[in-house]
Amino acid sequence: MVIQILKSPQTQLRRKKLSDTAQTVGRQHHFETAEQQYESATLGMWAFIAQEILFFGGLFGGYCVYRNLYTDAFRAASSLLDIPLGTFNTVVLIGSSLTMALAVRCAQQGRPKAIISWILATLALGSVFLVVKYFEYSHKWHDNLVPGASFEWNHPEFVNVFGGNVKIFFSFYFVMTGMHALHMVIGAFLMFWLIYKVMRGQINEHYYTPVENMGLYWHFVDIVWIFLFPLLYLIG
Amino acid sequence: MSDHHILPLKTYFLIFGALIFGTFLTVAVTYVDLGWFNTPLALLIAGTKATLVILYFMHVKYSHKLVGLFAFTGFFFIIILLALTLQDYYTRGWQEPLPVDFLDLGQNLK
Repeated sequence: MVIQILKSPQTQLRRKKLSDTAQTVGRQHHFETAEQQYESATLGMWAFIAQEILFFGGLFGGYCVYRNLYTDAFRAASSLLDIPLGTFNTVVLIGSSLTMALAVRCAQQGRPKAIISWILATLALGSVFLVVKYFEYSHKWHDNLVPGASFEWNHPEFVNVFGGNVKIFFSFYFVMTGMHALHMVIGAFLMFWLIYKVMRGQINEHYYTPVENMGLYWHFVDIVWIFLFPLLYLIG
Repeated sequence: MSDHHILPLKTYFLIFGALIFGTFLTVAVTYVDLGWFNTPLALLIAGTKATLVILYFMHVKYSHKLVGLFAFTGFFFIIILLALTLQDYYTRGWQEPLPVDFLDLGQNLK
């Protein structure tokens, strides 16, 4: 279906029109050149990402303080997380960053079919990550490790560890990985919008800012996970 | 904007390889007991991976310097946040407990 729309006369015509007016494509009237618009948009995206870094930074700061206070409980709780699954998910997410980077590269070359393929690959890898995350969450739920009324701590290996402190670790675990997963879900919805834009012929080698900014967002989400993985899974 | 620098495919795959290598390295060093150094080493590897993503996947190396400044600013303020918070919390245990006499001082003065 995607191919049909890409090949449809309307899309072909639109793309021809776009390449005819190469330098003015997608340019808003308040920018002097397409280059200036591109740089403004990228800079704006980076301002947003800086804000996102500070948002996650607050969570990391809280994590560091409580980990210092309750080191033993954090180690015990962390050892209950599944390292192979976490490693698998890290590889999957880095892979999705690669496919996203390749989507941006194809956008720079103006290859709409290839852009859509790479975005779909990114979506597929992102979904794998979230499905694995779902299984990890449900496993923790069945083990009564989700902070709340059903929380129970009677692990035979760690009888000396106070359950209340373990609860703090899992609060951080669920909030941090949950916020990270939420960012991925939002990213996935934005990717469908991006595919729609590409199908409409609104992206070409002269105007690909939406793809570039989507890439920046996705790579940022990847970076958050790069720090979350060792701090949550690997301290046991 | 066809004058934008398009990175060769090789660069992307090299960075991807380095990131995967870093992931397995950080898992591997977890199983080696290095004492207090385990966490700083994990963060060092994570920081290196993040830098690679920012410079190449996010094109900061090839972008305007202002973009680099914005990228740097976010992380810079996180370092301030963490450094100032942790210099407080991590050093609280260092202080000797106050002597009992000192605590009684107020009552004796009455």
